[in-house]
Amino acid sequence: MDTKVSLDSIYAPSEDVVVRLIEGELIIVPLVSGIGDLEDELFTLNETGKAIWDQLDGKKTLREVVKVLSAEYVDPAGEIETDVIGLVEELQRRRMIVGLVKSDE
Amino acid sequence: MKQPSPYSVRLESDKASLWKDNPPLLTALDLELTERCNNNCIHCYINLPADDSNSAARELSTEQAKNILADAALLGCLSVRFTGGEPLLREDFEKLYVFARRIGLRVLLFTNATLITPELATLFAEIPPLEPLEITVYGMNQGSYESISRTAGSYECHRRGIELLLENKVTFVVKTALLPPNRKEMAEFRSWASTIPWMDTPPSCTIFYDLRCRRDSKEKNRFIKQLRLTPVQIQAILSRNKVEYQKEMEEFCSKFIGPPGESLFPCGAGINRISVDAYGYCQPCTLLRHPETVYDLKTGSLRDGLTNFFPEVRERKASDPDYLKRCARCFLKGLCEQCPGKSWLEHGTLDTPVEYFCEIAHFSARDLGLLGEGEMGWEVADWRERIRNCGAQDVLELIL
Repeated sequence: MDTKVSLDSIYAPSEDVVVRLIEGELIIVPLVSGIGDLEDELFTLNETGKAIWDQLDGKKTLREVVKVLSAEYVDPAGEIETDVIGLVEELQRRRMIVGLVKSDE
Repeated sequence: MKQPSPYSVRLESDKASLWKDNPPLLTALDLELTERCNNNCIHCYINLPADDSNSAARELSTEQAKNILADAALLGCLSVRFTGGEPLLREDFEKLYVFARRIGLRVLLFTNATLITPELATLFAEIPPLEPLEITVYGMNQGSYESISRTAGSYECHRRGIELLLENKVTFVVKTALLPPNRKEMAEFRSWASTIPWMDTPPSCTIFYDLRCRRDSKEKNRFIKQLRLTPVQIQAILSRNKVEYQKEMEEFCSKFIGPPGESLFPCGAGINRISVDAYGYCQPCTLLRHPETVYDLKTGSLRDGLTNFFPEVRERKASDPDYLKRCARCFLKGLCEQCPGKSWLEHGTLDTPVEYFCEIAHFSARDLGLLGEGEMGWEVADWRERIRNCGAQDVLELIL
């Protein structure tokens, strides 16, 4: 699977997972087989992951996601862009998100 | 944004630990989809005939069952156990299964596997339950299996179901119940079980048989009692690996035994995990169906049951004079299976002592060196000392 991530890409949660918010914790529950490395895994995201996940709404490009998060969080070393790309690569590899059309298409 | 990668964390099997001191109101649900079964097992505590139309007519409708699942998910529930009877007898099983998975529940299915179809195996492969199916194996051949299931053709259906799951790589584990027709097959069973790809540990084996949960047949109860192992037999099984058993039990006793007092529910029944029967009555555990401890979900809600009804049930104190004289003061609680669920099954009460379990606990305690001959657990004042000495004696025995 191509996991190359572009800041001009748009992503949304996959229909192959169910996302639940339970007592403040975001839980990603695989619906179909082949999500994650093992068959029976559930995933939760840390605070960084949750902040990014909430922005993956199928509308904003990753560049816009970085902009929104940069307005909200201190980012002296440009870590936000690295975090966004890192998480998106991970989620895409696990088939938990899907890439939609690029903004320039 | 100062947290480093990784951003995602795999949840451990103890999902509730994620929330530490603030767990969801409900973490796991047992949903008994039917009391009917296509087998007629000699030891079973719940099975009604598959064609019992009265029971079928009273069962939760598809929509009612879905509503319960949805409510459970809203309360934070992460997994549902579909049990029975045989859950696959429900014509709407697939609908309920897919619904449960689509709302983000893991599904644990207890089944005899006889009704697994190619379509169902494919469904489990495509939308995995996220928990291994648990399949009870009553025998390693048609003779032993059907002596227990009392259903012609059931062995062949059972093995075909298992083959379908293997072919489709559907994760499952097997377990058994030790009964007269299969007693000589245990080694063969364990050996076969070890060939199943997902059997990481030896299969579990039921050696305690509960009486009918609806208290519906004295005749069946008499028969179940005849099947029960004696305390000597049970202890022989439990302690077959003597050194390992002694070590495990010393650790167990140091943590978990002691007089329970008047409180009826030192267990976790009705907290975070509850059971719903086939007709929509919520129970604190799978066994306890005493009318005073069940909550009707058709006129109430899971939230109300968990926040109001079950906490009140758990406040109940024992009142049976015999219980207060013996069980409440007995330090063998923890070794003994006595609980409100067992009292309900055996006596129709919440706290009448069950002699069978008392005998087993006392036999085990004597074998472990916790009690002398003729001593009873409720007579021992220095029980903490007994537990400490039990371990010390054992070490000496091993050295000498």
